[in-house]
Amino acid sequence: MLRHLLNPLDFSVAELDKLMDLAVDIENNPDKYAHACDRKTLATCFYEPSTRTRLSFEGAMYHLGGHVLGFSSADSSSAAKGESVADTIRIISCYADICAMRHPKEGAPLVASLHSGIPVINAGDGGHQHPTQTLTDLLTIRSLKGSLNNITIGLCGDLKFGRTVHSLIEALSRYEGIRFILVSPPELRVPEYVLELLNRKHLYYREVQNLEEAMPELDILYMTRVQRERFFNEDDYIRMKDFYILSKQKMELAKKDMLVLHPLPRVNEISVEVDDDPRACYFKQAQYGMYIRMALILTLLGLEVQ
Amino acid sequence: MLNISGLENGVVLDHIPAGMSMELYKYLNLDKFDCQVAIIKNAASKKMGKKDIIKISGELDKTNFDAIGFLGKDITVNIISNGRVVEKRSLNLPKTLTNIIKCKNPRCITSVEQELKHVFFLADPEEAVYRCRYCEEKYTK
Repeated sequence: MLRHLLNPLDFSVAELDKLMDLAVDIENNPDKYAHACDRKTLATCFYEPSTRTRLSFEGAMYHLGGHVLGFSSADSSSAAKGESVADTIRIISCYADICAMRHPKEGAPLVASLHSGIPVINAGDGGHQHPTQTLTDLLTIRSLKGSLNNITIGLCGDLKFGRTVHSLIEALSRYEGIRFILVSPPELRVPEYVLELLNRKHLYYREVQNLEEAMPELDILYMTRVQRERFFNEDDYIRMKDFYILSKQKMELAKKDMLVLHPLPRVNEISVEVDDDPRACYFKQAQYGMYIRMALILTLLGLEVQ
Repeated sequence: MLNISGLENGVVLDHIPAGMSMELYKYLNLDKFDCQVAIIKNAASKKMGKKDIIKISGELDKTNFDAIGFLGKDITVNIISNGRVVEKRSLNLPKTLTNIIKCKNPRCITSVEQELKHVFFLADPEEAVYRCRYCEEKYTK
């Protein structure tokens, strides 16, 4: 049966564990997987700019021995001529074996999956979901903390439009003993539907504005960028963009083994002086992103490597 | 007292919250029906104080019952045949609504692809919350 990844909850906890085990095996034995996708093609359909996600998908496919085709902006695709997502994916299905789609409009990858003959991976849709970043985040936490249970995680910055935040909260809500500290200005609070989920599952969360106050209790600090492209009003963006800046001084308030994660790119919400701190794991996180995408491509294509 | 004659064959929508009949009229596309339609506003009701009633002399497409349940789950549907009530239906909140309400989120794919069906799913039956299938934005009237 054709499977897609549109939402981080599309995979059960057991399936996620299996996927992360595969990613770890890929990390440890890259040669074993070097030809796993021979003669397979990944289409990267990116209707809005991305460096990390697109290149990590392309890197993942190349490391599996496969090919890549696609476009990196709506201007260089038939979308500029008015072609629908449904028609585009019907065509892509003729040329590729699997598709990773990023789209500024929320729900576009779901529309694609309804008309596709190949697996569709949501590589980010507007401010909605970004499930492969979530898989990356989960793998990073599991690899560096040893478990996804019993963690206090602080999510800081733009929690309203930050799709990585929504996806990560949904995914972590399935593990035990998770506490969420939601750090944001009032205008960028987590959307109501995410809070509904936390309430429904009776999970601990606290909404605060002050990062310093939250720092000492965190096992993980997940920083996010205030995204200019999500604002309809430039003045609002300028007012919000420097609300939180993680500095060396603030890091002194944190536990010795706290991890700092960030989906990247960062602008100035993490001072570069923090990069040398051993607790800064956001570049390592980007590396895990490629391994988990390799595992995902293999899984959705139904390929097993002995 | 206003008298409206009984129906021989058709549908009576009863227990409509007072003032909501025109909204229902719109959602059911009754303006496009050829048959007779009577709208009774502010009728006396023991249960509700005041209520609206719609009498339709003709068949109602069953798919439109979705809209009725969405607008008010206490609305009852009486099917009339040969002057007698042959079926009384209570309505629950439908699990999905297709092309009955529209997503208002400017970031939703439905805002740019006009041919897409507007599909909502029942996210919270207790609070009657519907969310867009594509962007998961909550529907607000």
